[in-house]
Amino acid sequence: MANVTTTAPGQAPATPRFSIRGALTAAEIDFRLFGMLLALVAILIGFNVVNEGTFLRPTNMTTLAVQGAGVAVLATGMVLVIVARNIDLSVGSLVGFIAMSYALLMTDWLPNILGMGDDFPFRWLIALAIGVGLGAVFGAVQGFIIAYIGVPSFVVTLGGLLSIRGAVWVLSQGAAVSGLDPTFQLFGGSAQGSIGGTLTWAVAIVGSLAIIGLIVYNRRQRRRFGFPVRPMWAEVTIAAVGCLAVIGLAAFANGNYWPPGAATRYAQEHGITEPAGGLKIAVGLPWPVVILIGVTVVMTFLATRRRFGRYVYAYGGNPEAAELAGINTRWTVVKIYILMGILCAISAAIAAARLNGATLDVGQSYELYVIAAAVVGGTSFAGGIGTVPGAVLGAFVMQSLAYGLAYSGVNSSEQNIVAGIVLIVAVAFDAYNRRRGGGS
Amino acid sequence: MAVTESAPLAEMRHIKVAFGGVHAVDDVSLDLHAGEVIGLVGGNGAGKSTLMKALSGARPPDSGEIRIEGKRVTIANPRDAKLYNIECIYQTLALADNIDAPGNVFLGRELTTMWGSMDDGAMEDATRKVMGRLNPNFKRFAQAVKSLSGGQRQAVAIARAVHFNARILIMDEPTAALGPAETAQVRDLIRQLKTEGIGIFLISHDIHDVFDLSDRISVMYHGRIVDTIKKTDTTADDVLGMIILGKKPEQVTQKELAELQLPGQSPAPNLAS
Repeated sequence: MANVTTTAPGQAPATPRFSIRGALTAAEIDFRLFGMLLALVAILIGFNVVNEGTFLRPTNMTTLAVQGAGVAVLATGMVLVIVARNIDLSVGSLVGFIAMSYALLMTDWLPNILGMGDDFPFRWLIALAIGVGLGAVFGAVQGFIIAYIGVPSFVVTLGGLLSIRGAVWVLSQGAAVSGLDPTFQLFGGSAQGSIGGTLTWAVAIVGSLAIIGLIVYNRRQRRRFGFPVRPMWAEVTIAAVGCLAVIGLAAFANGNYWPPGAATRYAQEHGITEPAGGLKIAVGLPWPVVILIGVTVVMTFLATRRRFGRYVYAYGGNPEAAELAGINTRWTVVKIYILMGILCAISAAIAAARLNGATLDVGQSYELYVIAAAVVGGTSFAGGIGTVPGAVLGAFVMQSLAYGLAYSGVNSSEQNIVAGIVLIVAVAFDAYNRRRGGGS
Repeated sequence: MAVTESAPLAEMRHIKVAFGGVHAVDDVSLDLHAGEVIGLVGGNGAGKSTLMKALSGARPPDSGEIRIEGKRVTIANPRDAKLYNIECIYQTLALADNIDAPGNVFLGRELTTMWGSMDDGAMEDATRKVMGRLNPNFKRFAQAVKSLSGGQRQAVAIARAVHFNARILIMDEPTAALGPAETAQVRDLIRQLKTEGIGIFLISHDIHDVFDLSDRISVMYHGRIVDTIKKTDTTADDVLGMIILGKKPEQVTQKELAELQLPGQSPAPNLAS
């Protein structure tokens, strides 16, 4: 997708033979990721133009990000599942099951069985811990059947999709449950479920420092061993673009204010006299987005810096070689599914909090969106290829399309037609690019 | 030949491996001394690779015993074999194509920092050093090995064995995929490793390679060893006869010899496949 554009942002042609591809190669930037970022920006700008500039507003973008966060969280794990030549169709049902568990825990089980009433401290954390435990157990069981008994993952997780969804019904006896702990509701990312202006700036500063720190650390490491390093202009450009992007996003998120009603209530409760034109309280980053950022960082770290991730990719690239290298490949597969289960618990927390409860169909069809996100994000079913940030971008490409089309007044069945076509076109484009030797 | 008086580096006694009802390796005994190269030859399906997989842990034997420097050991998987410094370069190379050269050299034995994360710098450094010995022109340390040439991939597979100080090295067809220059490089390497006291099992289709590099030659036929013989005590024709007929030269009848010679010429060297 990189060759769609003709100018790189902030890059005047330095030499007569300057090419974007050359510059990207010198800077060791991932083509595929860069292309996807451009596609995402193009989609957002496209919808903005179609909607005469009303689309690209902080409120819309915040809503879009919150809606996409649940699927994006799962996509970070689905990448590893698919990289290791497996699939997980049960994620949607597991999200539904854990979301229902959260709702029942806080409305029924914690107060009535364990005697933890409304004022019991850290109820939200206890519920979350139980949900994470449930996810890990479900993941471990499915992973064990796949890795040690040898049932194909498609079959095991298809069974999981059916039976776990059935278990949701059994759990709630067919009823929707509502009324979560107020703290737990913050996971949903309403105006109150956001970290606010100051913390958003803090996150941006920490993020910028992390970018610079990482670049400096990598350069030092390569210097230490006398390896060739990136050209200085590339390092500085990457650092500058990265920091600007982070700070820009923070500023954008802080351009979103509390709804007037909520702000007035807040002013009255805290004895603040409202200025003319209403009190402006910056919403900042919603919690689901903060959680997604955290999950993405952790999963990227696991995938690229830890032995676990190396083994996942090695197994996906050549299962026999991984086995001969002495890697415990079966246990590696089980660990992937445990991780996927934990991510289901996180995604379920966001979904349940947004609903302030759980219905029977929470997470319905998530597996399809999550797999689509991973695949649009450059994950290959042949195994061994795919990145965590790519999958997150893929999730947002799909979510932007869905949200943008809805915003432009396209109904949901027509949205699905577009989403399906985009999925196929994205993968076809990728396959074409790979054959030409452009990617990988 | 640097055979010493001490216990052999590796001894395999009465090794049996069966696949279903087929005895791929049937009661084979073989030993290897430090600084020795044993050429393992035989037709397709003779059991050479299976015998070596019993030693490398890729396919543990059904019965029989393995001794390393006189001590009886159990090798149940590749990890066990590596504990005894047994390294194997498989015919398929067993590389993860989507991972770079340092990642492949250290696959399963990654160097880590004090926080348990992979130390990519240290791994690349070590890989640069060992590749400098094997293939000095190699520069593509950050590329997935998929994009490397056959010789470069072979070098990566060999680097893996060399870096971890193999005492016993199994090379399954190390030159099959290589051009003449690269083959010469691998031959030089084998001679160099031999002088360092490493014991090497060399499986090869190329009878010239075998005669050039080996101290002793073991001929396998239908899962059994026909004979293990010093290179200086035999000829290429005798070895070829053993490979094809599965009998020692003195057991071969005139009739069999006549059939062997039927096409008119003496057996071509590359029949030893």
